[in-house]
Amino acid sequence: MDSGAPAIIRVESLTASYETEVVLDDLSFEVRRGEVFVILGGSGCGKSTLLKHMIGLYRPQSGQVHIDGDDIVTATGEARERVLRKIGVMYQNGALFGSMTLLENVRLPLEIFTDLPRDAMDLVARLKLGLVGLDAASQQYPAEISGGMKKRAAIARAMALDPQILLLDEPSAGLDPITSAELDQLILRLARSLGITFVVVTHELPSIYTIADRAIMLDKRVKKIVAVGPPSDLRDHSTDPWVRRFFNREPETAGVSGEGPSPDNESEI
Amino acid sequence: MGDGLTANFSSELQSNGELVLSIGGRLSAETVGELWRRAFADLEGQKPERIVVDASAVEYCDGVGAAFFSELRQRSSGPFEIRALAEEFQPLLQLFDAGKLAQVGPPRRRSIVEEAGRAAANYGRDLFKMISFIGEAMVAAVWAIRNPRQVPWRDSFVIAETAGVNAFFIVTLIGFLLGLVMSFQSVVPMQQFGAEIFVSDLIGISMLKELGPLMTAIVLAGRSGSAFAAEIGTMKVNEEIDALTTMGLDPVRYLVITRLLAAIVMTPILAVFCSFAALVGGAVVLYSIGIPLVVYVDRVVGAVSLSVFLAGVIKSFAYAVLVAGVGCLRGLQTGSGARAVGAATTSAVVSGIVLIAFASAVFSVVLYALKI
Repeated sequence: MDSGAPAIIRVESLTASYETEVVLDDLSFEVRRGEVFVILGGSGCGKSTLLKHMIGLYRPQSGQVHIDGDDIVTATGEARERVLRKIGVMYQNGALFGSMTLLENVRLPLEIFTDLPRDAMDLVARLKLGLVGLDAASQQYPAEISGGMKKRAAIARAMALDPQILLLDEPSAGLDPITSAELDQLILRLARSLGITFVVVTHELPSIYTIADRAIMLDKRVKKIVAVGPPSDLRDHSTDPWVRRFFNREPETAGVSGEGPSPDNESEI
Repeated sequence: MGDGLTANFSSELQSNGELVLSIGGRLSAETVGELWRRAFADLEGQKPERIVVDASAVEYCDGVGAAFFSELRQRSSGPFEIRALAEEFQPLLQLFDAGKLAQVGPPRRRSIVEEAGRAAANYGRDLFKMISFIGEAMVAAVWAIRNPRQVPWRDSFVIAETAGVNAFFIVTLIGFLLGLVMSFQSVVPMQQFGAEIFVSDLIGISMLKELGPLMTAIVLAGRSGSAFAAEIGTMKVNEEIDALTTMGLDPVRYLVITRLLAAIVMTPILAVFCSFAALVGGAVVLYSIGIPLVVYVDRVVGAVSLSVFLAGVIKSFAYAVLVAGVGCLRGLQTGSGARAVGAATTSAVVSGIVLIAFASAVFSVVLYALKI
């Protein structure tokens, strides 16, 4: 990706906390237009929390999140709606509405925000489902399809209004390697052909190498970004022990695994 | 041509039978609606030999714009061509091509005969499930009596608190107001015959034998039957019931028995409180029209025999079993998704009230036969 592309999301000195416990401490970074940007980190390090601050769902304790120039934290009314129109979000489990078919799920944003005729909405929704390979399943309900299909349908719904930015929360979690790889290909295809900027929260290593142009890594202990850059750089050149451990899949308590009965279990579990 | 905020459209039929559609401006979700209506209204009834779209003035196009081009192509009967669309928008035409979509027909409509058959089969199946559930619950109850140490009593106590103790205020309030209203409504016509003293008999018998247990059971269905269904239903949706089963724990034993126990213990107590609150309500009305409290109490004690009181208590036992049982059953029958939990909750309350009504009718006949 063009490293000189301008920033589309700018996070400035973001501090977030639950009650009195600080979860993210003074984070600043930029996402460039058209890139696939990955937020990395171990379980419980605040990846999803960061994502929810970036889409304006949570209010930060301090700091700003600019999306295409507008501050999503302070925006209200029409300005907020304008910012939200620029982003689409896929939640961890898809968050499809169970009482609607896939077609109705994807059509919903169009019904709310556009004055398209009914047949046009149906066509746009079917085309979006076709883009993620679900056009044949458009009349099915979320309960009738698999986890991977749900995630793809959720991407189709997030794309209903052609947002400039798509934010995905753990797209490959709980999927088999093949489905996960297909999802990676879909993300790349959408990024390259439609120029959509992706922000992806994940901790699946194979997926990271495939899709990420750049990544940031959060560390639970310091609650800060410990590394920024293309994933291969992070893996090969980072001096941070936590980053190295993450990419090499080393358990945190290295001493324990050495004492265990089976020397193999450390790499598998 | 465009100001960047709207889509523009004009059409011209040329002498060689070629229809030229000039489209420009911004083609996005906000602007295409108007364009879509105008363009297809314009094309209505025209049979051009060839359609050419001049897209040289398109400044912006996204998926919705591409859908518009795709629909134009689909609807044109003859040759179709898009000219001079900017290079950057070309990939969209390939990505959003309606011709490549799988054809999915609308969902099959069922005939009225099929619908009726399915509904009847569903009722039959539901009845079958209820009967088998009664069997399972009985087996579990026998198990609980034989293995009292394995019954999760703590859970039962917690449920008894939420279903019973926390319902105390609403049940007594309803009882008090019911007694107040009933005695007030009946005292006026009965005064005309000088029979106002008999209002105390009316309140005493009707509340303790019939209405106290009934109102308590309806409150139980609304408060706790629904809560049981929602709680167990959500556990079902989250695969917690499956987890219990694979751990070798029977969900009926661990979830249903605890709730049944709590309901069976608490409901008769609540029903008695409801009836007494109604007697207090009646006393307020009768005292206000000049009947001394001692006379009122004497009449009530005279009218309400022990068998009447016990009939009410036994009724509320039965109502408790029905309401809690059907609440748990509906919870266990929950399908998948948020909607299923809502359906289970609704069904628990409805089935609970229907069962109460049936049981009440049966009790009336039985008590009449027993001359109580």
